[in-house]
Amino acid sequence: MPAVSKGDGMRGLAVFISDIRNCKSKEAEIKRINKELANIRSKFKGDKALDGYSKKKYVCKLLFIFLLGHDIDFGHMEAVNLLSSNKYTEKQIGYLFISVLVNSNSELIRLINNAIKNDLSSRNPTFMCLALHCIANVGSREMAEAFAGEIPRILVAGDTMDSVKQSAALCLLRLYKTCPDLVLMGEWTSRVVHLLNDQHMGVVTAAISLITCLSQKNPDEFKTCVSLAVSRLSRIVSSASTDLQDYTYYFVPAPWLSCKLLRLLQCYPPPEDGAVKGRLVECLETILNKAQEPPKSKKVQHSNAKNAILFEAIALIIHYDSEPNLLVRACNQLGQFLQHRETNLRYLALESMCTLASSEFSHEAVKTHIETVINALKTERDVSVRQRAADLLYAMCDRSNAKQIVAEMLSYLETADYSIREEMVLKVAILAEKYAVDYSWYVDTILNLIRIAGDYVSEEVWYRVIQIVINRDDVQGYAAKTVFEALQAPACHENMVKVGGYILGEFGNLIAGDPRSSPLVQFNLLHSKFHLCSVPTRALLLSAYIKFINLFPETKSTIQEVLRCDSQIRNSDVELQQRAVEYLKLSSIASTDVLATVLEEMPPFPERESSILAKLKKKKGPGAVSVNELEDAKREGGELNGGGERADTSAMAASNASTPSPSADLLGLRPAPAVGSAPPSTGSLLVDVFSEGSAAPSAGVNDDGFLRDLEQPPETSDTLLAEGPGDSDSAPPPAVSEEPAPPLPEAEELLNKFVCKNNGVLFENQLLQIGIKSEYRQNLGRMYLFYGNKTSVQFVSFSTTVSCPGELPTQLNLQTKTVEPLIEGGAQVQQVVNIECLTDFVDAPLLNIKFRYGGALQNLTLKLPVTINKFFQPTEMLSQEFFQRWKQLSQPQQEAQKIFKAGHGIDTEVVKAKLLGLGTALLENVDPNPENFVCAGVIQTKAQQVGCLLRLEPNAQAQPGEQMYRLTLRSSKDTVSKRLCELLSEQF
Amino acid sequence: MIGGLFIYNHKGEVLISRVYRDDIGRNAVDAFRVNVIHARQQVRSPVNNIARTSFFHVKRSNIWLAAVTKQNVNAAMVFEFLYKMCDVMTAYFGKISEENIKNNFVLIYELLDEILDFGYPQNSETGALKTFITQQGIKSAHHTKEEQSQITSQVTGQIGWRREGIKYRRNELFLDVLESVNLLMSPQGQVLSAHVSGRVVMKSYLSGMPECKFGMNDKIVIDKQGKGGGTDEAGKSTGKQSIAIDDCTFHQCVRLSKFDSERSISFIPPDGEYELMRYRTTKDIILPFRVIPLVREVGRTKLEVKVVIKSNFKPSLLAQKIEVRIPTPLNTSGVQVICMKGKAKYKASENAIVWKIKRMAGMKESQISAEIELLPTNDKKKWARPPISMNFEVPFAPSGLKVRYLKVFEPKLNYSDHDVIKWVRYIGRSGIYETRC
Repeated sequence: MPAVSKGDGMRGLAVFISDIRNCKSKEAEIKRINKELANIRSKFKGDKALDGYSKKKYVCKLLFIFLLGHDIDFGHMEAVNLLSSNKYTEKQIGYLFISVLVNSNSELIRLINNAIKNDLSSRNPTFMCLALHCIANVGSREMAEAFAGEIPRILVAGDTMDSVKQSAALCLLRLYKTCPDLVLMGEWTSRVVHLLNDQHMGVVTAAISLITCLSQKNPDEFKTCVSLAVSRLSRIVSSASTDLQDYTYYFVPAPWLSCKLLRLLQCYPPPEDGAVKGRLVECLETILNKAQEPPKSKKVQHSNAKNAILFEAIALIIHYDSEPNLLVRACNQLGQFLQHRETNLRYLALESMCTLASSEFSHEAVKTHIETVINALKTERDVSVRQRAADLLYAMCDRSNAKQIVAEMLSYLETADYSIREEMVLKVAILAEKYAVDYSWYVDTILNLIRIAGDYVSEEVWYRVIQIVINRDDVQGYAAKTVFEALQAPACHENMVKVGGYILGEFGNLIAGDPRSSPLVQFNLLHSKFHLCSVPTRALLLSAYIKFINLFPETKSTIQEVLRCDSQIRNSDVELQQRAVEYLKLSSIASTDVLATVLEEMPPFPERESSILAKLKKKKGPGAVSVNELEDAKREGGELNGGGERADTSAMAASNASTPSPSADLLGLRPAPAVGSAPPSTGSLLVDVFSEGSAAPSAGVNDDGFLRDLEQPPETSDTLLAEGPGDSDSAPPPAVSEEPAPPLPEAEELLNKFVCKNNGVLFENQLLQIGIKSEYRQNLGRMYLFYGNKTSVQFVSFSTTVSCPGELPTQLNLQTKTVEPLIEGGAQVQQVVNIECLTDFVDAPLLNIKFRYGGALQNLTLKLPVTINKFFQPTEMLSQEFFQRWKQLSQPQQEAQKIFKAGHGIDTEVVKAKLLGLGTALLENVDPNPENFVCAGVIQTKAQQVGCLLRLEPNAQAQPGEQMYRLTLRSSKDTVSKRLCELLSEQF
Repeated sequence: MIGGLFIYNHKGEVLISRVYRDDIGRNAVDAFRVNVIHARQQVRSPVNNIARTSFFHVKRSNIWLAAVTKQNVNAAMVFEFLYKMCDVMTAYFGKISEENIKNNFVLIYELLDEILDFGYPQNSETGALKTFITQQGIKSAHHTKEEQSQITSQVTGQIGWRREGIKYRRNELFLDVLESVNLLMSPQGQVLSAHVSGRVVMKSYLSGMPECKFGMNDKIVIDKQGKGGGTDEAGKSTGKQSIAIDDCTFHQCVRLSKFDSERSISFIPPDGEYELMRYRTTKDIILPFRVIPLVREVGRTKLEVKVVIKSNFKPSLLAQKIEVRIPTPLNTSGVQVICMKGKAKYKASENAIVWKIKRMAGMKESQISAEIELLPTNDKKKWARPPISMNFEVPFAPSGLKVRYLKVFEPKLNYSDHDVIKWVRYIGRSGIYETRC
């Protein structure tokens, strides 16, 4: 840089800055700035041109004002003028102003680009550097567009100065980072790679940053850099500390360059070429050796530089993961750092060890440091280091040391920092599950976990305990006993109460033999915690109580007493109130058989991925869990739980489903997934009770009705309940008949709507919508019925029957599948009807629908829109042929004719569309009168085919309202003619 | 209740810190500094809630006064207290500045102990305080032992603001009606908003325990009298002569029950200076000046401004300290001003032309014209044209308020209403008096 000449001091600027520094208040500062701005404006406005020095001074002041946080909206032109100055300082200030202040959209950008171009093409290296720095500082897309082509040329040109090359490399890197699409290396690639061979170390250092970035995007193009990098590295590593003069930093040769080279190599797999690989391994060994040498200086910079290279080398070794020797050595050297004075080193050592632990070669070596790591966990002052120590413990854990590590982590948890507790809890939970040899140990561990850090035990953890206890018969007794003991503590965590409630509710009977834990004692113990718990836990406890009634009938009266008390049955929380009411009724009405069925022990959970693992995966955390570990865990988890089923690969997604949802279905009142697909709502509780209970002889129709009443919203359930028991003795309520209702009066009309179309809405009222979609081929048809629940309340006992009245069964064959008995509010179910036409028919089949909405039975009957014309097969024929056939069907009974008024006026296109919808072929140019419509088709039935001709003659000339049609149908079968005539006459 | 009170200088250093309740910790001091004084964005709300602690602050020049509480207190009460606190400090040592606060910190702590007790505001009447808090400038010489012994009975008695046994040779009282008139006017001369906020300040030097009755041309009172009396005089005095007061507040000495029932203002005055009432009017305001702006943009680099002011009051009256402030665009590079009267100058530091006239009689007009040169900028933003503002002082009340009488009765001592020398003065000042251009 040229020396600053004497006149460049810019005294005015110094005065201005000191004025501002001396301002007492913000207001004074603003006043001073306003004054200065006015002064600069008048100077810039002044007619006589300013000299370079004052221009520079004022631009500098503007820049300073801008950096103080004020808006600057002038002076850009002056700054651009400065760019063309030949003085270094003026040019520098100009570039500074522009890189700080110029936004891309200004019209000045062309002038600026021009000035930059001039500087780039000048042979003056300082000017070129200034221009390059400006491009990099602005780093906008426009800059990239303008100069992305130019800079690589400067970078590789033979005659460019080294300092310019450095700037160019870094500038290009910056542009590449902003818009990679514009920086295309193409032909320059190999020459850029060869910059690694440059004699100037600065150029190499700058170039390697660029190459690392580029090779991360397209590794193949830059593959050649590996061997160059290795040779460069080996030259540096093997050089004596005095060889590299300027680039030796506290006796370490070129530490930054070494680190960057090592990092570049981490972008690639180990070199295939044996010689290169040998050389690299040699380098790495040398680095490891050098790290062991006694330090050449006591200065911290020396050790920092050395360690930086060492850690980078170890990272490379871990990346390659193929040299057992090096891995073990790396591990040992890291071990030395574990007790180093320097906190940063301890942190880095632990972090690197975490990754080493996952390598099979060095896992054992890492394990030797267990004592040190445990010690670090206990005594380390810095929380982030402790966190890493916990990570490492987790990573190095296996079957052999699991018990020790889990115990240590548990004991640490009591004093652990709050920020890492939750993660620690998860890790303990996983390790306990993963390496559990016996389940009592597992149960103990998790209960301890809840005891120590209950607040941090997430739902998943205790779900998992329960899953495992339920699935394993052998631990159930032990678990019940342990939980019972744990609950005796005067203050226990809510999660503990949850686990306790669930497990005692399921397996309390296993410890009931002991008089110290008799049913009543168990119940009282649980109930003593009840009032301290939150609503979800209380709900769970209520479920546990009802289970108790089943397990220990002797507690029934006590529990009913509890349920009956106002704080339950009138609880302000709807969920609790509903449970209390339902359970109370269930316990007083249902027989023991029903109770035993409903409140049966939970079936084993289907084996899935541990929900805890999924949770930990979601959490970030370097080295927390690597992928193969997870696989491992999954495998071992599978073994552990003895489930024959394989964890599916998409378990991640399913994991949420695998955890019992905390609300209604905890006790499995809902049929277990094995039994049938459970509807997801909590309200379904008692419907399911009914559907199972109805199998039991005692549950009659009235109970059925009563229980259905129960699933009313709670506010109405009170009154319904009041009359429920009374009703149960009397006859079924007469108001609602269970017989299929007669067809709706409008059914015929609804039917007519579908003569000419196949899809649409058949029926709709406030509750229900029925949509139809149908298709016909030959004598077969398929109809899809869609039942949509328009309310927000579910329909229960939804059933449909399709029946054929009269002699229709011999003419039409209908097959349907039954539909789901339950339609959720807003949901839609589909039913398929398969239709086979045996012979021609007249009547339409009936569809009867029954369901309960809000306790009231709904019953309605509709006609299914199946008419004979649906089985039409269009026949194309010429005029002559048509009239020939027309004449053939001239017997009076074969013809049906009707004259009727036009319903909607005569519109040719509408009529045509309807006739086509009918299924026949519309024949053009057949009838001599072009206004008449002529159609032909064959009706396909299983028994026979019926040819059919049609003529529709409108009198379009008549007054609107007077318009008439004459419809004539001739077919080989008289019934068909008649029926078609009837159907069609309604359509126009 | 108020948990603590802090006074900061402009840098956020604590000058005075008095904590009244245990729920306010020492860190509250820092919380206010960090979140309000040193906030990145200027905090405009006078009430801030930081970590469940409420901070109420007022700023006097460079000094921040902050009252702190954890409870749900009446914010109006807190601010009233803070204003009172400012008044008390001003009465004791003049201007509230860092220097003065540092010099009088012992006094301030003593005052704070007296006017707030466990966070509850106590007697903050300057006159009463001065009788027993006597520091530095306040002389206690003329207080006799006897007088000091009465302090307790006075401050705990029914009339806490006046002690017994005051004697003056000459009974005298001064009454000032101070008003500030606020205006926003459109360029065409349409009044967009206008109101007057006024104060009646009294200085009384009366012997004994006099009973005073104050009367003004309040519309309600005059109408009532007009109805009751039915005389010609009362009929004349209604109409233009009476004013409608929108709202008013009184000094604690005024008997509010009497005001509510008869709308008469009667009181036993404190000794010395005090503010008798505060009021606000919005109707029939006399606007002392009319500003007529004329701005013309000549191309992108030039602006011509012409402003005419017209005085609108009796020619016999003189307005003083007139100052017109004409904002200039932010890219002004030079200004030439010509004015017929007074002095005008372009003040770059304030981005405005300031035109000062020492005095001006009523029903006159004066004019200024300026040429403003602009520097072309690449900024597309248009100049927002802030309004032209004005300052002045006139010797009448722009609201039209008139003092009709002030009667003094002292039944025990032997002086009648006629013996009291009364002085009345009206001063109307500009508040925010702006005209858009």
